Amino acid sequence: METIIQAEDLHFSYPAVEEGTTPVVLDGVSLEIEEGSFVAVLGHNGCGKSTLAKHMNAILLPSGGTVYVDGIDTRDEDRLLDIRRTVGMVFQNPDNQIVANVVEEDVAFAPENLGVPPDEIRQRVDDALKAVNMYAYREHAPHLLSGGQKQRVAIAGVIAMQPRCVVLDEPTAMLDPIGRKDVLRTIRTLNRERGVTVVLITHHMDEAAQADRLVVMAKGKVIADGAPKAVFSRVEELRKVGLTVPQTTALLWELRREGWDVPLDALSDEECAQALYQLLQ
Amino acid sequence: MALKDITLGQFFPGNSVIHRLDPRTKLICVVLYIVALFLASWFVSYTLMLLVLAGSIALSRVPPKSILRGLKPVLFIVVFTAVLNLLYTPGDTVLARFWIFTVTLEGVSRAFFMVVRIMMLISGTFLLTYTTSPILLTDGLESLLNPLKKVRVPVHELAMIMSIALRFIPTLIEETDKIMSAQRARGADFESGNLIQRAKALLPLLVPLFISAFRRADELATAMECRCYHGGEGRTRLRQLKYKGADYAALLLFLAVTVAAGVLGHFGL
Amino acid sequence: MDPIIETKNLTHTYSVGTPFEHTALDGVDFAAYPGEYLGIIGHTGSGKSTLIQHLNALLKPTSGTVLFQGTDIWSDPKLTKKTRFQVGLVFQYPEYQLFEETVYKDISFGPRNMGLDEKEIDRRVRAAAYFVGLRDDHLEKSPFELSGGQKRRVAIAGVIAMEPKVLILDEPTAGLDPEGVESILGNIREYHQAHNATIILVSHSMEEVARSVDRLVAVNDGRIPFQGAPREVFQHGDELERMGLGVPQLTRVFHRLRAMGVDIDPSVYTLDQAKSAILSKLKGEVG
Repeated sequence: METIIQAEDLHFSYPAVEEGTTPVVLDGVSLEIEEGSFVAVLGHNGCGKSTLAKHMNAILLPSGGTVYVDGIDTRDEDRLLDIRRTVGMVFQNPDNQIVANVVEEDVAFAPENLGVPPDEIRQRVDDALKAVNMYAYREHAPHLLSGGQKQRVAIAGVIAMQPRCVVLDEPTAMLDPIGRKDVLRTIRTLNRERGVTVVLITHHMDEAAQADRLVVMAKGKVIADGAPKAVFSRVEELRKVGLTVPQTTALLWELRREGWDVPLDALSDEECAQALYQLLQ
Repeated sequence: MALKDITLGQFFPGNSVIHRLDPRTKLICVVLYIVALFLASWFVSYTLMLLVLAGSIALSRVPPKSILRGLKPVLFIVVFTAVLNLLYTPGDTVLARFWIFTVTLEGVSRAFFMVVRIMMLISGTFLLTYTTSPILLTDGLESLLNPLKKVRVPVHELAMIMSIALRFIPTLIEETDKIMSAQRARGADFESGNLIQRAKALLPLLVPLFISAFRRADELATAMECRCYHGGEGRTRLRQLKYKGADYAALLLFLAVTVAAGVLGHFGL
Repeated sequence: MDPIIETKNLTHTYSVGTPFEHTALDGVDFAAYPGEYLGIIGHTGSGKSTLIQHLNALLKPTSGTVLFQGTDIWSDPKLTKKTRFQVGLVFQYPEYQLFEETVYKDISFGPRNMGLDEKEIDRRVRAAAYFVGLRDDHLEKSPFELSGGQKRRVAIAGVIAMEPKVLILDEPTAGLDPEGVESILGNIREYHQAHNATIILVSHSMEEVARSVDRLVAVNDGRIPFQGAPREVFQHGDELERMGLGVPQLTRVFHRLRAMGVDIDPSVYTLDQAKSAILSKLKGEVG
């Protein structure tokens, strides 16, 4: 598998506001994202996960260490557009990333910036809107859409750049359950059907559980990295850094503490029910 | 009353001949129309203008009522200027005299045409905004002003600012509504008191609104950069503006009307 | 017991007479009782926000009445204003309303509008700050220097400082991480106990309401399709799912278990309930 994003011993601290107070946000992060994978980055607020995300398309540049996007050092200013069109970024608040006041005009924004010919823009816009299931709304005004719909338009706006990787920074934090579900479904489809690499930054356990790979961050460091099932079974470690585990894992963990032999990696409703079933038989 | 009930950017979506005209055509026609209005001087020329306006409204299928409703807010100014003209225009044919005022025939006619001119001017520009989506209007303006780039007028940037403003007006109105409700829930009173008290009472509304607007601007700028925005250079557009047959016809018609109004006006008709 | 606040046949229609006319509430009878911890669930656009804004007189009913301690809150303008102080409403993302130079001043905004004297304002500001876990040295800071979670606490303290008899919170934990969620919910619980106040928690997280509230009211399409103890409400799993809400994860797991033929009560909804249900089942079989 090809590596699309690679961080090597990445350090970052914001410029000091006062003398001597430079809070270290990223403290030696090394990470490789493989092309086509679905990676979730989990951590509580202020653990550095959003800062890490912003390094993935050169919005922020490392204070120490290096980030490569498709082999390009993100410090290479001449290749900035290449970096940005390779790794698209979706943010938390959908309202603040929609530029135009017609849905399709907004989705066209990135291809327009890239100087794509009008006929091809039209194709890309239609295609991107269909990919997020918002084609029927192409002539609507964004402010009249629901939060989940707006966020899907924002995703389409990034897809229209035809990036190989999409980084989503807490895309569901401001959405209601329906919106969250729709957005997650969209993300999964992009990954599975279009082979777009997805990096999902989140603090929702159930969202993280859907990824192929889960990276847990605390205090600017990666403290766990692996398949969600494996990571979530480390209940105590996760709790120590202020994270909870899905309710299913929590229940199995409690039972285990009482001395019952249950697997900790039964994440989904079905697996958990199965595990309990076997225990009770 | 909820602030979001206020209708902004009074665009009436539609598919009439007027709607389909290129925004640049409409902008140029409106400019010609305004020039013609100022050249017109007497019944003949004004009748011509009225026919042009009525014809355009009819073709646009915008209900005339909506146009009239748009005139309401400016009614006061119109009446005020009319009264001033009526009372202060000197002339030979005195119609009435009371206290320090003299009403002359010249005054009556001047006030009358002033009212008609302002009303027609406003109706015409309203027809433009009613039949052209704000985004097309911005595109049209950008394209028309393009030559100014040569003299270093940041045309693209101005157009971008305008379209972003249009995009965020509804969002900020909604936000204002929310913050007002929240401060009311803490006992804020936006309605009573004298002017100074009222201005002071706005602080709990304005401070959060500004902070939020700056935060939004900051986030939007980042999001735009992420989508490869780097100014107007090398930018293409999804929607290409193109003059069609109807556009040339409209432009010719309005040019002819302007010339006609100028000639008629010159002879005092 | 008489309700502390109730609505009778409450209907609210937005933008009457325009093409955007929309009935958000349709003949709603709602009641909250003194000292209870009530949850309101409903998806965006269900009418729940409209409902809570009627409870503290921010919105006026199109028809129907809102009664606070048995009196129509719109019967007298003085009463209307008083209701705003007695029914405290914390909006979603309340940190976006902060405006004062210091945390102290911001929290005192409500009490000052109530016309209290300085001494009482000071007592209330400090008490409210204490409830939400703000330290004394936070009080003189600018609210804009604080972290997101702390800003939210300041905003909540701003409403608590009015010492309302009914405290309504709209999605108070939205966007917070698990630690932040825990601590805010803990603060609310403490306020509930210390003041014996009525708490109304609006949320779309079933797990969150499940472990906090005594009673649940579901709002959908401007009506209240069901209400009752969480256990009863969560029995309507399918309907809740259709309303875009769903039930807590463990309730789903237990429904599955039951479908698999295990004789177990599927109405559990918290971790503790689930654990003890399984354990007692295991002990029953062993012993």
